[in-house]
Amino acid sequence: MRVAGKGLIDRAAPLSFRFDGHSYDGLAGDTLASALLANGIKLMGRSFKYHRPRGVYSAGSEEPNALVTVGRGAAAEPNIRATVQELYGGLEAVSQNRWPSLGFDVLSLNDLGAPFLGAGFYYKTFMWPQSFWEKVYEPFIRRAAGLGGLSGAPNPDHYDKGYLFCDLLVIGAGPTGLMAALAAGRAGADVLLVDEDSRMGGRLLAETQEVGGQPGHLWVDNVLAELDSLPNVRRMVRTTVTGVHDGGTFGALERVSHHRGTRGDGVPLETFWRIVAKSSVLAAGALERGIAFRNNDRPGIMQAGAVRAYLNRWGVTPGKTVTVFGNNDGAHQTVRDLQDAGVHVAALIDSREDAPLLPGVQVFKGSVVSNAAGRHGLEAITLRTPLGEERIATDCLAVSGGWNATVHLTCHLGARPEWSEQIASFVPMAGAVPGMVAAGACNGQMSTAACLAAGVAAAGQALGREISVDLPQAEDDPYRLSPIWAVPGKGRAWLDFQNDVSVKDVKQAAHENFRSVEHMKRYTTQGMATDQGKNSNMQALALLADATGRGIPETGTTTFRPPYTPVAIAALGAGARGKGFAPERFTTSHAVSVEMGAPMVATGLWYRPSYFPRERENTWRDSCDREVGYVRNSVGVCDVSTLGKIDIQGPDAAALLDFAYTNMFSTLKVGRVRYGLMLREDGHVMDDGTTARLGETHYVMTTTTAAAGPVMRHLEFITQALRPDWDVRITSATEQWAQFAVAGPKARDLLNGLLDTPIDNDSFPFMACGDVSVAGVAGRLFRISFSGEHAYEVAVPARYGESLFKLLVERAEALEGGAYGMEALNVLRIEKGFITHAEITGRVTAFDCHMERMISAKKDCIGKTMAQREGLLDPDRERLVGLKAVGPVKQITAGAHLFNEGDAAHRVHDQGYVTSVGWSPSLERYVALGFVRGGMARVGERVRMVDHLRDVETVLEIVDPVQFDPEGERVRG
Amino acid sequence: MVEIVAKSAVDGLVPLEIGAQKLTEAKLGPLTSLMAYNGAEAGLAKALETAHGMALPGPNRATGKDGARAIWFGRGQVVLAGPEPVADLAEYAAVVDQSDAWACVELSGPKAEAVLARLVPLDLRAAHFKRGHTARTQIQHVNASVTRIGADRFLLMVFRSMAATLVHDLSQAMTTVAARG
Repeated sequence: MRVAGKGLIDRAAPLSFRFDGHSYDGLAGDTLASALLANGIKLMGRSFKYHRPRGVYSAGSEEPNALVTVGRGAAAEPNIRATVQELYGGLEAVSQNRWPSLGFDVLSLNDLGAPFLGAGFYYKTFMWPQSFWEKVYEPFIRRAAGLGGLSGAPNPDHYDKGYLFCDLLVIGAGPTGLMAALAAGRAGADVLLVDEDSRMGGRLLAETQEVGGQPGHLWVDNVLAELDSLPNVRRMVRTTVTGVHDGGTFGALERVSHHRGTRGDGVPLETFWRIVAKSSVLAAGALERGIAFRNNDRPGIMQAGAVRAYLNRWGVTPGKTVTVFGNNDGAHQTVRDLQDAGVHVAALIDSREDAPLLPGVQVFKGSVVSNAAGRHGLEAITLRTPLGEERIATDCLAVSGGWNATVHLTCHLGARPEWSEQIASFVPMAGAVPGMVAAGACNGQMSTAACLAAGVAAAGQALGREISVDLPQAEDDPYRLSPIWAVPGKGRAWLDFQNDVSVKDVKQAAHENFRSVEHMKRYTTQGMATDQGKNSNMQALALLADATGRGIPETGTTTFRPPYTPVAIAALGAGARGKGFAPERFTTSHAVSVEMGAPMVATGLWYRPSYFPRERENTWRDSCDREVGYVRNSVGVCDVSTLGKIDIQGPDAAALLDFAYTNMFSTLKVGRVRYGLMLREDGHVMDDGTTARLGETHYVMTTTTAAAGPVMRHLEFITQALRPDWDVRITSATEQWAQFAVAGPKARDLLNGLLDTPIDNDSFPFMACGDVSVAGVAGRLFRISFSGEHAYEVAVPARYGESLFKLLVERAEALEGGAYGMEALNVLRIEKGFITHAEITGRVTAFDCHMERMISAKKDCIGKTMAQREGLLDPDRERLVGLKAVGPVKQITAGAHLFNEGDAAHRVHDQGYVTSVGWSPSLERYVALGFVRGGMARVGERVRMVDHLRDVETVLEIVDPVQFDPEGERVRG
Repeated sequence: MVEIVAKSAVDGLVPLEIGAQKLTEAKLGPLTSLMAYNGAEAGLAKALETAHGMALPGPNRATGKDGARAIWFGRGQVVLAGPEPVADLAEYAAVVDQSDAWACVELSGPKAEAVLARLVPLDLRAAHFKRGHTARTQIQHVNASVTRIGADRFLLMVFRSMAATLVHDLSQAMTTVAARG
């Protein structure tokens, strides 16, 4: 019910909204929770396990009960806390975890089974048979227990992420944070003030106390006005710092659109910020804890501080007749506020024998609440006084068991908080997070005056300089309490409302020897729900301490981990959906290839044409066979720009190459190209490729597409770390050049139509290279071959790539050739036994490839020594061979394993495996490469091939890897 | 006589105007990587100054102005953008033509910083990243060179092959910034 004359809501701005299909009115400035309470709605949700009716418990982000689903269809957002959700016109919310309705929920029958469903029930009950867990038990349990569900449709909402930087990050804008920001702001520091609420001010918006002689919220307005006038201060509301990470980095979630009715206008729903701050002030405040007693989860029972917040900030009383139950002086303020607002207070129950009296209300000293009645809304409570039990009719009980300092963020880097006996709360360990100063209530300073002073001091400490600011007059009452965690008695007294953990469960855990707080947590699921036990972990561990006969500090807390409040995965991964997932690298011939109908395949980040289909070709094989034919019989054109190109210059260029490659490059003549093999430090093959010598001190190295980055890094490591004395410079030139393979018997004919100076076999023999002029453009020509044919690679600056590709294809087609794709390229190289990373997988040596003689004896190179290890030279290692099918089944499959004939196809008999397979139209059979024990020594032998995955089996003959043109005559053209 | 024609790395991708921010092609002219040989840095600096009128930039700095700029490009590496490099430079440095290797765009507008704050993990605010400051960093997932060339103008360079991704990611961020107002 609204209370006249109270609240910071806008009574002139009514808003209409729906909850569970019914229409209600609220006011601008309301949260969904305050608007529902204003409409007399107390029942807002059902609990996770027992489906117990629950009402709103808090007025902040720690809310365990009032979780709702907001919106509908694909954009419906589950598990939204009604206490955080701001009201807007047209808001639609529905309650969760109930069927068919919130008022009548079939699965509340679970509650009757409670005696059997305590801690460890699932572990003990659903053990056998093992196979039932995944198929039967888990799906059933998941359906019965749960919170909100996802729509199952792709999330249409837009999320955003970004980076923010500041000198001082102030987390929380209550009295402490405001003063810290003001002090630092006046001192000229680059300040970022963030608060998770929609309005800054913290508890000052929820209390009636004055600051500096004016109502708290007006003092807040003045401070905010000054902060906004400072160009060096930025403020962010609706932004929760969710995690503290290394090096002064923070994660923060900004709720950008949850308070707006509109979607799809480009404004993100949420933005996840990574904040980098030189220092920070944590002013996170404190969270009020409850006191466990029988049926303490009835709707209508809530934090005393929340009752004051609803009254003072939102002008709402959660009940007509309110009772207050507490163990500290602060709870008494609730009585005063309610009475001043004209709300009837039935009684004040204080567990302390020496509690102060309060005029105008019946005070029960040394008394506790022992039970509560009213299933869908509180109707009465039972008191246990020194004189006996008593029943009081009431529809709202405000409970305060004291306050827990919000230490969470100080623990994210691994520090444990320290126990403060004085305020019966854990407080941050000093220096828990480098550069972070905890201040105010989160540091155990409980009065407003202490918080204001602490804010100024913290700003000075964080910035490392003296700052003096006049402190306004404020409340400075001592914080007096006597801890009480649970009221003993029969029945279930609840701790973790969201996961339905009771006092009994904690005791049961201790009884079953789950005595460590971390074990108790996992056994009972205490604190493992979406609220992470913000309201209840403290009581649970205190009760565990009691049950195990240890003190609270010895028992300790569970680990505080990010995020402080739930963060949508969509926010963390913002910008990485669809095309944002990974960069796409396109060659200059990409658009033309796509126009030609080529399916593009991802090779790393690059996209390359698989094949170029023609009409009347039914399968990719038809196209591939035709394209192989171009190269073998006429001329084919293929974009090879994705291969890495590294420009190497300087007096020591040759020395670098001799060191990086196994074979010699210092002896290479200018204008010639050589194939090279590169090892890792551990002696295994890293990469292979060709390197051209363009000048006395100028080389261009080619790497495979996959290893372009790693080889560049490898060369940088050599030149920076191993031989910084060498005068040599390396530059990536991959992207500068568009490079095309022109391969086949008619390759030279084609090129001579484009080169301004024609070439012949004498001026440009096999393995020659040099500068050329291609249709008037300065380019480079390399006579190299990856197909065994008379072939070239021609390179021009990338801007001419598309144009040259079109021209090359057009000319090739005129010669009855054309473009070829990756499939044909692969077949061509398998026919010739050329290796790729399908063979040099990282665990293969030069010896394994029968290339051990390429490791020059005349010089040192990276990996040389390690490659000579005995185990790496064992002739019985799996070594490269060619394979052909000789059994009735002619198919060979890559990945299949090889076994000796007569052996069972079992791991222990493994003889090797198939790495690459292609259909050779030239040989009219499958050609394959693979590794087999003994390698080439076994040429002529037969092995059994078994592909367990595709269920293919055949007999193969081990042959020379070079299956086409073994004499190698064609390449010299 | 056959002819082949040139095509820009960002052909068909820019210009873009979203909200008050614009993304246009930065037509820098020739790009030349210069890496001074051992002990030749002073010689290179002098040759650069004499021939092209700009100082050799130190780490994270760019010298010169629109039309002729030298941009620090990584350890021991500078990219000369604009002038055709004089032959002298090769006496002091490894000289490599990079004119076609980079896709170059200019992001401008009053909220250009806010756009980049969504993609670049560096503090690019004017107080920290002034005109003439440059950085090798990432734009979303793409390795990039970012240089402030004006009060609200940035020069952004990525590998040519990733031009489409660059423009995609920038346009997303520009849309978000425009929508948030």
